[in-house]
Amino acid sequence: MLDPTPSSQHTPLLQTIGLTKRYGTFLANDSIDIDIWPRQIHALLGENGAGKSTLVKTIYGLVQPSDGEMRWQGEKMVLSGPSEARSRGIGMVFQHFSLFDNLTVAENVALGLDGKESFKDMSARLEEVSNVYGLPLDPKREVWQLSVGERQRIEIVRALMQNPKFLILDEPTAVLTPQEADQLFVVLERLKAEGRAVLYISHKLEEVKRLCDTATILRGGKKISTCNPQQETAASLARMMVGADIKEVKAAAGRKITVPRLVVNDLCLEPDDPHGVRLQHISLELMGGEILGIAGVAGNGQDELFAALSGERLAQDPGTVIFDGHAAGHLTITERRRLGAAFVPEERLGHGTAPRMKLSENALLTGHAASGMVQHGFVNTAATLSTVDRATETFDVRKAKRDPEAASLSGGNLQKFIVGREILRNPAVLVVSQPTWGVDAGAAAVIRQALLDLAASGAAVLVTSQDLDELAEITDRIAVMFHGHLSEPLPTADANREKLGLLMGGSSLTQKETAHAVGA
Amino acid sequence: MELLEAIILSVLAASTPLLIAATGELVTERAGVLNLGVEGMMIVGAACGFGGAWLTGSTIIGAACGIVAGTLLSLIFAVMTLGLAVNQVATGLALTILGIGLSGLIGAGFVGERITPAPHLHIPGLTDIPLVGRILFGEDAFIYFSLALVIGVWLFLYRTRAGLVLRAVGDNHVSAHALGYPVLKIRMFAVMFGGACAGLAGAYLPLAYTPFFIPGMTAGRGWIALALVVFSSWRPARLVIGAYLFGAVTILQLHAQGLGLGIPSQFMSALPYLATVIVLVLISRARTGGSTAPAALGTVFVPDR
Repeated sequence: MLDPTPSSQHTPLLQTIGLTKRYGTFLANDSIDIDIWPRQIHALLGENGAGKSTLVKTIYGLVQPSDGEMRWQGEKMVLSGPSEARSRGIGMVFQHFSLFDNLTVAENVALGLDGKESFKDMSARLEEVSNVYGLPLDPKREVWQLSVGERQRIEIVRALMQNPKFLILDEPTAVLTPQEADQLFVVLERLKAEGRAVLYISHKLEEVKRLCDTATILRGGKKISTCNPQQETAASLARMMVGADIKEVKAAAGRKITVPRLVVNDLCLEPDDPHGVRLQHISLELMGGEILGIAGVAGNGQDELFAALSGERLAQDPGTVIFDGHAAGHLTITERRRLGAAFVPEERLGHGTAPRMKLSENALLTGHAASGMVQHGFVNTAATLSTVDRATETFDVRKAKRDPEAASLSGGNLQKFIVGREILRNPAVLVVSQPTWGVDAGAAAVIRQALLDLAASGAAVLVTSQDLDELAEITDRIAVMFHGHLSEPLPTADANREKLGLLMGGSSLTQKETAHAVGA
Repeated sequence: MELLEAIILSVLAASTPLLIAATGELVTERAGVLNLGVEGMMIVGAACGFGGAWLTGSTIIGAACGIVAGTLLSLIFAVMTLGLAVNQVATGLALTILGIGLSGLIGAGFVGERITPAPHLHIPGLTDIPLVGRILFGEDAFIYFSLALVIGVWLFLYRTRAGLVLRAVGDNHVSAHALGYPVLKIRMFAVMFGGACAGLAGAYLPLAYTPFFIPGMTAGRGWIALALVVFSSWRPARLVIGAYLFGAVTILQLHAQGLGLGIPSQFMSALPYLATVIVLVLISRARTGGSTAPAALGTVFVPDR
């Protein structure tokens, strides 16, 4: 589909030479050299904050480099903005979608093109491209009505309609079910076969090993190495990303599964905002000593379930949520905490902590109900500070001073503090949402180990996560949320990616099996 | 019949400044900027419009002065909220207070003067058609211009690429920036258009409605225009309906008092706002997802480069 220019055998399609981006004194990118070749899928690996996003934004013309240069097909390239990058043949699929919720699919696509063709011609071509690549789309629907997978299809089709020579994808599979990810890989293989180059940002190492021809690893804004991922192991890639060996997470031996500590009985709840999901007949039973995982694509009711369990939203019937034998569906958050429940929401800043308040004040916010932090209506500052110190020590929270503002901590350290703050209260039941989302690998290992240790001490732990590897690592059973329904939990040992993927896409396993039986 | 014609004519005249100002504000808000300074820009437009017309004797120059004054005032707002990323609500309120003071200063020399009001059209034959002739073909040019303006804005928003980009900027400025659209520049033009319209709407009052200038003569019409944009749920077609409805309410209030109906005039004055609240409730109940308001409305955007 593309003309291979004679020089393409010897010159890279895109070269960055000493590319540097400074924000004040902070070096987001420090003298980075990368060669991108046609017919290759090139992985860009690194932890959060390693400089991946800055690098691709520079290549796409969104960010101006402070130093160094880019060469496109051997010639020096200075980009004034994304539209110039697009006109040269550079396309980009964003991690946080760059879509407009209240506009239609066709309008969204039109906005990503340079507007030289009429809207009608563009719509016709949209249909053609989406058919050719097997990425079906309805041009007339508004984006807010679409699923996450469909939204990503818009981004990809929009990029492909520019017939790019070079396509950048920023963590495209973070929000997809395993099946949707497989479909994406087929499209990427096809782009490669057509002679295009792909830069693929991910931190899923197995995926990179399977798909990519070359990998460049960034750490702390610097390039660490360029290698062939097929000749590396996941562990060796991880070591280059993190710069140290990651401690393996180990479940304590001899864990005892005891009595039910969290029971949910036929919980139904209407959403309180128009974009929300209705919870439909959710039932589960979580034992002491057990970790239950809830998988599912984001936006299928996980947030609503968390709100119903934490008491941010109250259920009609007290018996729908039971902590340690006490009906709690009608109780407020504080009353539930007094029953021994603890909650870690997904959003660290703004939900888990008040960003501009000190850690000790944030400790008080969840700890006031059931510990000695408040006496006769007065705050016991020594007690709040000692909670901060204990969390710091036990969970290796790294911070600049003893009691800084929550917003000044890095994501990983703040998450360690939040999880630590709840665990130090010795909860009977811990409900935690996305415990390691956007957290560096070292902190993730600490948090997972803490959850395992908590379960070993007899508490019940409910973990909602989109990271199937994480769930496989720490849970005993996994259930899947889809459109507000919760599936029967599967023992983690039986829950392979395929089964979970089917449930995440809304198929029921038993139906599938029956259909097979009938077919045979 | 005479009375009905008179009522319709006065409703048209009362609605026109609302329609012009609200059309401008609709474009501003569609780009994601909430400019609460409409009242201030209108009153300065009124003072400058009257001054221009009184000094030159020309309605057209008067209207141009109003437009320029409104635009200049909106530029102050643009520099503050877009350039310096100051809170839009606070800046808009400050702009209104500034405008009211400024108009008093500008207009001080004109108080008590009179000008010839804008001429009414007269097309022989058409204007003389009984009943509809005067309404359709015999009013001042502002009224027909205001309708053309709404149609133009509708075509721009829904039929041109530039309009699509403007709506996109108002829906999600982060995405628009990521795709390479100059968010702040687009918003600046939208704010200036809003200012120009508010200035013209203000100038309409002394140029065509009452041919003299008094301080505070906009009398809250800027606030009604703001309510009107919400009432219309940011759609130009509904804006026309809303403007005539609100205009009709203000006129009926006068007639109701004249006829001695037992309705307190304060209640009638509050009706436009009451209607806006009811419409807002109806909209949010009718729609199950998406948002009717531009999603980025009133939020500050600072691009990173």
